[in-house]
Amino acid sequence: MATNTSTVDNGVNVTALLGAREALGKAPEAAQFKWRASCKWVKGTHSRSTIEGYYGLGAEQKHRRAFEFDADHPDVFASEDQGATPVELVLAGLASCLTAGVAAVAQMRQIQLRSVSATLEAGMDIRGILGADADVRNGFDGVKVTYEIDADASPEDIRALVAQSQKRSAVYDILTNPTNVTVEVK
Amino acid sequence: MNDGALRDARRHVAVVVIGAGHAGLAMSYWLSRRGVDHIVLERGEVAHTWKTERWDSLRLLTPNWQSRLPGSSHEEQDPDGFRTMPETVAFLEAYARQVAPPLYTRTRVDAVRPASRGYEVDTDQGSWACDAVVLATGACNRPAIPAVAAALPAGIESVSPLQYRNPDALPEGGVLVVGASASGVQLAEELQAAGRQVTLCVGEHVRVPRTYRGRDIQWWMDATGLMDQRYEELDDLERARNVASLQLAGNPDRRPVDINALSAQGVRVAGRLVGVSQGKLQFSGSLRNVCELADLKLVRLLKSIDEWATARGMNGALPAAERPSPTHVEASPPLILDLARSGIQSVLWATGFRPDYRWLQVPVLDAKGRILHDGGVVRAPGLYVLGLPFLRRRKSTLIDGAGGDAEELSAHLLTHLASAARAVQGA
Repeated sequence: MATNTSTVDNGVNVTALLGAREALGKAPEAAQFKWRASCKWVKGTHSRSTIEGYYGLGAEQKHRRAFEFDADHPDVFASEDQGATPVELVLAGLASCLTAGVAAVAQMRQIQLRSVSATLEAGMDIRGILGADADVRNGFDGVKVTYEIDADASPEDIRALVAQSQKRSAVYDILTNPTNVTVEVK
Repeated sequence: MNDGALRDARRHVAVVVIGAGHAGLAMSYWLSRRGVDHIVLERGEVAHTWKTERWDSLRLLTPNWQSRLPGSSHEEQDPDGFRTMPETVAFLEAYARQVAPPLYTRTRVDAVRPASRGYEVDTDQGSWACDAVVLATGACNRPAIPAVAAALPAGIESVSPLQYRNPDALPEGGVLVVGASASGVQLAEELQAAGRQVTLCVGEHVRVPRTYRGRDIQWWMDATGLMDQRYEELDDLERARNVASLQLAGNPDRRPVDINALSAQGVRVAGRLVGVSQGKLQFSGSLRNVCELADLKLVRLLKSIDEWATARGMNGALPAAERPSPTHVEASPPLILDLARSGIQSVLWATGFRPDYRWLQVPVLDAKGRILHDGGVVRAPGLYVLGLPFLRRRKSTLIDGAGGDAEELSAHLLTHLASAARAVQGA
């Protein structure tokens, strides 16, 4: 662990995070967020999602700009590969969530990060989505995340960073625990 | 003070202590020493919950030497042993005879409410008016059973550790044990050994070895000062107060009861129970990480013990430092289990306990029903609580922790009585 605490800077505003935890613990209404995305079909399996507005801290909020994500299926699915597959976007979501957590926890624990990289792999038996075998599920049969972290900390402290990041990760929770999903048609 | 007006309607006493377990008795000891007029009310007999709400095989998780009650003249025959429940009851009965509190047994408190001065305590044996009340009713009055229990199909028996006595009392067949803290791991082991197929749901837990470098883990935690760590010293008291009980058992042979030991015994290990849907149990996919968190925390504890031993030059006299093998988690732990096909006939909810304050008619509970207090000084003047997790020290829930907490809280209480008396005189 670093001895001079003032030199550790992972670009995470820990004071703000701790302040938010303190304030929202006392005001649970303000802690209620709604995350949103919209999606338009383009052509074939290609669609484009747009993410801009969300709700939180008791008011409508906006990202600095709208973000767009193209999704499609690859050539081997006889598609045009205009974007990553939706399941790959899920992996990107998990990776980004865990990595943000690693940075935040490292800052909290006064660990200077030099580099953090993650590789992800998820197995899937596509007979599930093809409806070829009713016993095969549609989703991943497992997700494997491998981190390589260069930081001013012992290997054990680095493992603890990654473990704590999982404990506080939203996407990790979404993937490891069931969630009710309601899909309606207007 | 006008005692005459009160005498007919109800009795008056300076302090009412509710509960004659180790905490209530320790408080009575300190109140007597400080010359404070008080009574102790007990719904049953001394050590009531130890007698009536514990399973047959349970032993204390702390070695016998670690039940240091204030002023106790108990001479320990087997300091390193672990008391059975009958032995614990006898131990507390002997302490009660020694402390000789002004005790009303078989007196159930129905309500504690604020009065114009102090509190009124209603019981099934009449009422008392008092200036202060000490809640020594414990932290484990009701099982904390998660909402998912309501979704269990009919025909599956639900049991809490407060009701459970022994394997024979459960219906034939497999058992789902939910929770892998002290109660959960002990009951999983006992049921599996009795020939039941146990499935154990494991969320966040605290793994510790029974013995380390030739000494009991409780000895280490006591000697290094961890048990005496005070609530004011912690950065995150909220978290410390919510930490699960240690994965320990007071077995005479000191065998481990961690996940590795249970797996080797044949217990099926799954993640936290997160849902029951259409007769299927759903487990979290986070098993690997909760085991990793526990392993890392364990190594940090053992390291701090090693550093403490090294600093005191004890290494020569101790067996070498060692690290337990990491928790083995199978490659793909179960995520879904069909109840009907699994053979599970009963569910044991080892998911923790909560105090019961239904009789407490003083507005001192938060939105989650927890009592608002600062080291046992409750947010209503003259109200005190004992025996809650990390109340004043890490050991506050242990028999060993009652004395120090009662000593300090009784001192605070004395100051309160003095200022209450001044207020009455001034009025």
